[in-house]
Amino acid sequence: MRSPVISPAWKERVASVAIWVSASLIVGVLAWILIDIFMKGFSQLSISFLRDEVEDAGRGGGIASIIASTLAILTVTLSVAVPLSLATAIALTEYTRDLTRGGRFVRRSLDVLAAVPSIVFGLFGNAFFCIALGMGYSILAGGLTLACMALPIMIRTTEQAIRSVPDEYRFAAAALGLSRTTTMFRVVLPAATPGLAAGLVLGIGRALAETAALLFTSGYVTRMPESLSDSGRALSVHIYDMAMNVPGGNTRACATATVLVLLLLFINGAAVMLMRSVGRHVPPTRSGSV
Amino acid sequence: MIHTVSLSVHYGTFTAVRNASLIVRQGSITAIVGPSGCGKSSFLNALNRMTDLIPSARITGKVSIDCCDIHDNCRSAAELRRCVGMIFQKPNPFPMSIRRNIQLALREHGTRDRTELDAITERVLRDVGLWDEVKDRLDSSALQLSGGQQQRLCIARALALQPQVLLMDEPCSALDPIASAKVESLINNLRSRYTIVIVTHNLAQARRLADDIAVFWIADGAGEIIEQGAAADIFDAPSHPTAAAYLAGTQG
Repeated sequence: MRSPVISPAWKERVASVAIWVSASLIVGVLAWILIDIFMKGFSQLSISFLRDEVEDAGRGGGIASIIASTLAILTVTLSVAVPLSLATAIALTEYTRDLTRGGRFVRRSLDVLAAVPSIVFGLFGNAFFCIALGMGYSILAGGLTLACMALPIMIRTTEQAIRSVPDEYRFAAAALGLSRTTTMFRVVLPAATPGLAAGLVLGIGRALAETAALLFTSGYVTRMPESLSDSGRALSVHIYDMAMNVPGGNTRACATATVLVLLLLFINGAAVMLMRSVGRHVPPTRSGSV
Repeated sequence: MIHTVSLSVHYGTFTAVRNASLIVRQGSITAIVGPSGCGKSSFLNALNRMTDLIPSARITGKVSIDCCDIHDNCRSAAELRRCVGMIFQKPNPFPMSIRRNIQLALREHGTRDRTELDAITERVLRDVGLWDEVKDRLDSSALQLSGGQQQRLCIARALALQPQVLLMDEPCSALDPIASAKVESLINNLRSRYTIVIVTHNLAQARRLADDIAVFWIADGAGEIIEQGAAADIFDAPSHPTAAAYLAGTQG
């Protein structure tokens, strides 16, 4: 018996329909989530919501202190994670050969760390930063825990970005007698900016989205933080608390989520603009870009 | 003057160049010709120690440039490469402005004064015939230039460091015929001001440019120099039969 022959035109049609359906499904889910949040949240948004302190466990007042804590935590996270990830990525690309045992070990560890659930990071942060180092529930402890969490993915994307810089630039730099440091900081890193921006955006996203790790480290005090050693509640923790623990907090949770999404878009936009201006001569197609 | 004595280049257990002894006269253009994979580029890269960048590469023999053995400690690799410029097959300007492409290495080597930097920039861009084409857009990206312009920019970038020697690895082979002709006439203009070693696949180009010729060939799995001397002599009356066949266009 002959097997039925499917005409090539049909195969094409089925394949393209399948591809378009998957793509629109993804976009559809994203749009649904955003529309749902915005529909419930926008009506609650006002200047005073952004400016006022939390009242009545979140049912009243605004979220000014929450935004301040979030930004403080993010600042701590980035000021630790960015230099560390850059340095580690440089070490991995320029100072260890691909196949040396050390480099492989570091890469393997990073991949495992990147897959560790965030609640485990939270417990570690609590045991190490809060208790062992005596920081207590604080913005500092929360920021450092998030830095540990964001580091693996930031290092790997940064490493990828540096690796994707064509060797011709390194040869040209060497032929001009440029030192290793100058080559790295004046030639390779500027050429890698599109990929570096991608790493930064992923790191920021990971930090802003995190709830579980912060519950145990920066805590959920709603007061306006006065220093990095104060406990402070992040936006994501606030959303969790409003939605799960506070009866009648649901619309407030949506309003806070709206703020979080807008903040994420704004910070990412700013990061990308910043990187673009640094690497304005870099062709956009060369490596991962945002 | 460049003088190599029994220079060999090994990559791990593979020998790319064996016992190459060559004299390059001060201010002359020496063309290195031969089929692909016969060690021409490896030989060139050994001259300014670019082979240091390849972990498995190992050099034996002697190279002296202006009577200084490059592997003695009298010069660091960076100092050596400053006075021995290199042009690559594929134009490789940095992804930054035209001005910065030229000034980056100058700054690194200690020139800080803005007016002096700009004066050098103008001088070398005039040298390569690029000034009139780019003087109004020095701050735009070097990657917007055409391939031929990029290659001339790379030559200008090398000239800015005032090298004595220029090593060129098939500088025209990635360019279209018109851009290639421009770069070739530029190289001709640099004659006698710099000592130039140029690797080329283009025998006609070698005939037009070279004062001296070295013919590389593969013997027992490694590149060797089978013929060298004044270009006119070698093109007219090559002594090595393989070289004769190659230069006559009947082999290789």
